[in-house]
Amino acid sequence: MKLPAARNAAFSTTDAPTAKKIITGYNNFYEFGMGKSDPAASASKMSVRPWTIEIGGAVEKPRTIGIEEVMRLPLEERVYRFRCVEAWSMVAPWIGVEFNKLAALVGPTSKAKYVRFTSVVQPSVMSGVRAEVIDFPYVEGLRIDEAMHPLTILAVGLYGETLPNQNGAPVRVIVPWKYGFKSAKSIVRIDFVEDQPRSTWMKLQPSEYGFYSNVNPAVDHPRWSQARERRLPDFFASTPTLPFNGYADQVASLYAGMDLKKFF
Amino acid sequence: MRSARAADGRFAWATSDPVRALKPLVFLLCLAPALLLVHDVLYDPEALGANPAETIEHVTGDRSMQFLLGTLAITPLRRITGWGKLIRFRRMLGLFAFFYGVLHLAAYIAFDHYFDVPAILADIVKRPFVTVGFAALVLMTPLAVTSTAGWIRRLGAQNWSRLHKAVYAIAVLGVLHYWWLVKRDLTWPMIYGAILAVLLGWRVWNETLGRQRRRPARVRARAEPGPAE
Repeated sequence: MKLPAARNAAFSTTDAPTAKKIITGYNNFYEFGMGKSDPAASASKMSVRPWTIEIGGAVEKPRTIGIEEVMRLPLEERVYRFRCVEAWSMVAPWIGVEFNKLAALVGPTSKAKYVRFTSVVQPSVMSGVRAEVIDFPYVEGLRIDEAMHPLTILAVGLYGETLPNQNGAPVRVIVPWKYGFKSAKSIVRIDFVEDQPRSTWMKLQPSEYGFYSNVNPAVDHPRWSQARERRLPDFFASTPTLPFNGYADQVASLYAGMDLKKFF
Repeated sequence: MRSARAADGRFAWATSDPVRALKPLVFLLCLAPALLLVHDVLYDPEALGANPAETIEHVTGDRSMQFLLGTLAITPLRRITGWGKLIRFRRMLGLFAFFYGVLHLAAYIAFDHYFDVPAILADIVKRPFVTVGFAALVLMTPLAVTSTAGWIRRLGAQNWSRLHKAVYAIAVLGVLHYWWLVKRDLTWPMIYGAILAVLLGWRVWNETLGRQRRRPARVRARAEPGPAE
């Protein structure tokens, strides 16, 4: 379905967007299996209407919001670099709304130190959920200042159309300066919380996946270097990885004084 | 020059040696995955998917592992089927395991590290799955080099076969390499591991229990010579 939105040039990279076929054909969405082409093959069975997001926790007005209302928020196109922890990257023209616009609807209180995102579970159409490859639902989290940062968006579209299911329809988070797994897909629940959430990958491999997971060429994954990345569909991993995925000017101040090797 | 025509008037390749006739065919079959990759790189990159380098690394790594297991399957298959000539395919399978292993390493050096030698060395030292994978290929090299009849003669059959027992360690390292590399889905490392366990287990069984059981049979065979003797 067409979803027109004007590009916000100030927040968009001038890097050429990756072909749509690649963005929609090469996905990590373990609910649909662990192969990169599994989501494109079977995510179309996911039911994305009706769709609501339950928003609760430390907010003044907890509520359930329908996807239609999210789509009526001020949408714009953001062309972002997307860097996977597996050392490949893409450039994607998302359409979405700043997360802080949604937060304003519920009014986080002073106790809201973190935000926890919970993804959908539809076992009947999700072979990965039935196989229990990991503990679902998928949970991710951000510190409140990270979530409220203008670069953090709720994406509802891609390439001028509504979001394909394999990319996390109907609504997902995009946090462009963090590894891709921080950008949870198909969100059904958002909680503002006082304590740092334990994300799915932290539970699985705490030594390999930290809470922050900011893109950082200086901190290797235990099993591979993060110094370079492969900009798909390149053969060579010849693109140097930039601190905070190239968004350091906008976000480095969020981590002033923090040891990023310790808080990886 | 030896005549292609055998004494009975038929061409040698068409006579008594099916292995010799089959070899070129098996060679082409073994080479086909590599030819297909070359074709796709040159003419149809989209067939390699969104991450062609990763596809090439997976295909070559898988093939290397499969040929290694195939090499190790020859001896049990000979015993079970009684078709002793299978042994004449073993060297080819082993060399193809090495060939695909070299392609796999080359892809890693070129695609993943972009020929950055210090980074590659650091990677080999730092990451156990790279260490064991690299070790497997290093160990395979002398086996590939000494795979000729000339080298068997030079080393002596006993030394040669002792050296080539390294293939067991290589196969174990190969499975470990795959096992430690995957993020979550252990299905294939487990399948390869199970096949390797069967192939090695068969050898252990054959060397110990099997030998004990066969002994009386051999004695009987000597006592009652068949019509061929």
